Amino acid sequence: MSRRIVVPFGPQHPVLPEPIHLDLVLKDEHVEEALPSIGYVHRGLETLVVKREYPEYVYIAERTCGICSFIHGMTYCQGVEQLVDCTVPERALFLRTIWSEYSRLHSHLLWLGLFADALGFENLFMASWRLRESVLDVLEETTGGRVIQGSCKVGGVRRDIPGETLDRMRSDLTAFERRARDLAEVFLHDESIASRTRGVGVLSREDAYELGAAGPTARGSGVGIDLRKTGYAAYGRLSFKPVVETAGDCHARCAVRVRELFTSIEIIREAIAKIPDGPIEEKPKKNPEGDYFSRAEQPRGELVHYVKGDGSRHLVRSRIRTPTLTNLPALVRMLKGCNLADVPVIVLSIDPCIGCAER
Amino acid sequence: MTYLSRSPWILHYDASSCNGCDIEVLACLSPLYDVERFGIINTGNPKHADVLVITGGINEQNREVVRNIYDQMPDPKVVVAVGICACTGGVFRECYNVVGGIDCVIPVDVYVPGCAARPESIIDGIVRALSVLEEKRAKGRDATATVARGGE
Amino acid sequence: MAEEQVTTIVDPLHLLGKVEEFKRSGYRLVQVHCTKVGDTFEINYSFDLNYQFRNLRIVTDGTTEIPSISGIYWGAFIYENEMHDLFGIRVAGMNIDFGGNLIQTAKKNPFANPSFRGEGPCPGE
Repeated sequence: MSRRIVVPFGPQHPVLPEPIHLDLVLKDEHVEEALPSIGYVHRGLETLVVKREYPEYVYIAERTCGICSFIHGMTYCQGVEQLVDCTVPERALFLRTIWSEYSRLHSHLLWLGLFADALGFENLFMASWRLRESVLDVLEETTGGRVIQGSCKVGGVRRDIPGETLDRMRSDLTAFERRARDLAEVFLHDESIASRTRGVGVLSREDAYELGAAGPTARGSGVGIDLRKTGYAAYGRLSFKPVVETAGDCHARCAVRVRELFTSIEIIREAIAKIPDGPIEEKPKKNPEGDYFSRAEQPRGELVHYVKGDGSRHLVRSRIRTPTLTNLPALVRMLKGCNLADVPVIVLSIDPCIGCAER
Repeated sequence: MTYLSRSPWILHYDASSCNGCDIEVLACLSPLYDVERFGIINTGNPKHADVLVITGGINEQNREVVRNIYDQMPDPKVVVAVGICACTGGVFRECYNVVGGIDCVIPVDVYVPGCAARPESIIDGIVRALSVLEEKRAKGRDATATVARGGE
Repeated sequence: MAEEQVTTIVDPLHLLGKVEEFKRSGYRLVQVHCTKVGDTFEINYSFDLNYQFRNLRIVTDGTTEIPSISGIYWGAFIYENEMHDLFGIRVAGMNIDFGGNLIQTAKKNPFANPSFRGEGPCPGE
């Protein structure tokens, strides 16, 4: 005889490094409905925009999330640059692109490790995180910070990367790529990973589009949205193709992230080859006025920073729409009808970043 | 301290961190830093834990949760506040939903500075916490909280 | 490089019709959010089709109920609940209504009248 019960999942759960709470309505072992509730890491940081002057708020924007911190800072700066009439020098745009892609590498490797751990594959977790350390070394050498870089500012970037360092970064990518291929082989072709993830948490193409899914969650379901194609920073000058998988299950979402490692490597190579000489910042000419929706592709998907200024040193409003938030409706849809034992893997498969989502 | 005589178990809780310190705490477990060589194990169960590692400032929502986790841990226990938010509230201290540092709610033994705290300082802080743990054990159940600054 | 962003201001009464037009033309919902400007609230509904960004804006006084677009875009409930919890905007007819419990904050509608903690000593208990 089947019974309906509600099982609380989280906020403190071994599979989640961060607190999120889900109410799972179960009929026997099947999830009939899943409802998220958040607020455990809500800080209300968007309100700080009226307390901090706009150049200072970059630090707050970066600390929305420690995993994609650089891209948060950059997206905020891009928005404000529209309001202060500021043309960012070419070299700064290329540097932003390079740092964004290193951030993506570090974020994807981090996620791959956590995903492997959720599948009970601890060795692979260790291997992913060991490879990730080499990315963090580059970020630390060029920006001074491992996870919070602080190298973006309104009007450009805070520091340059010398030519010889860029050359070394490019030659080091060869060894990095080889090691990443070994990892990719396991993630894409290992039988036990496939059996845990294939056909699990399927999100159809139509649902992905309609529910506003973003990033690898959308691209795993065949929706090829990749904001880098809008050509912000230096992406417009680089050639790359968004990675798209069509199966829509956890395996497809994992495969998108694995294959994106190599897209990022290619983008970094091309950017280092094409980076022009020149200044790295331009001073803003006035205080921010007007409003703008700044959009960028984070490792987790489309990020929107809305900024609105009234001509003073303080912005009126900053609104940060993070990819995790827009992927939550898709997650609710994926969890419907799954087995209780698959819940941790499905939740992880959207790469939830709760610090981002709650701000 | 020259050697460890016991294997301390750690419970990590994210109070309202940006993830920066969280991933650095996790990085301590990865092969490069490998704290398991000290016999340190990350557990999910407060009743197994000797050391509570907290990242992020306390927010209104998890004030009770932190208190609850702390109360469930057996004595002697030590608390390590990792990162500037856990120490004082950091850049978020003025946010309406942030109460402040961890010591607003529970006694903290070791403060690890940094934004984000580096794995090296986190390990330093935890090793410092272990000597505090030894002291508390020596003093017995009535030990008062010793405040040590860590991570230099 | 700035992308073109078109913002159209609409009357709340015509909101649903406009949103339906976007849906029919194949736009996806990017986001919904609220901004407090003086005593009024601006609510922005953003859409995207092939990287073309379009934005609808309604202006409300904060007490009038606004219609939910979750009947058109299912996933909009997450933004509408957020708006309700942070700004106190009442949204009628949401498909999933958390009843103010999506984001649980100590202070009710904290973004409607932002307040900050002082510099003084730690508040404690």
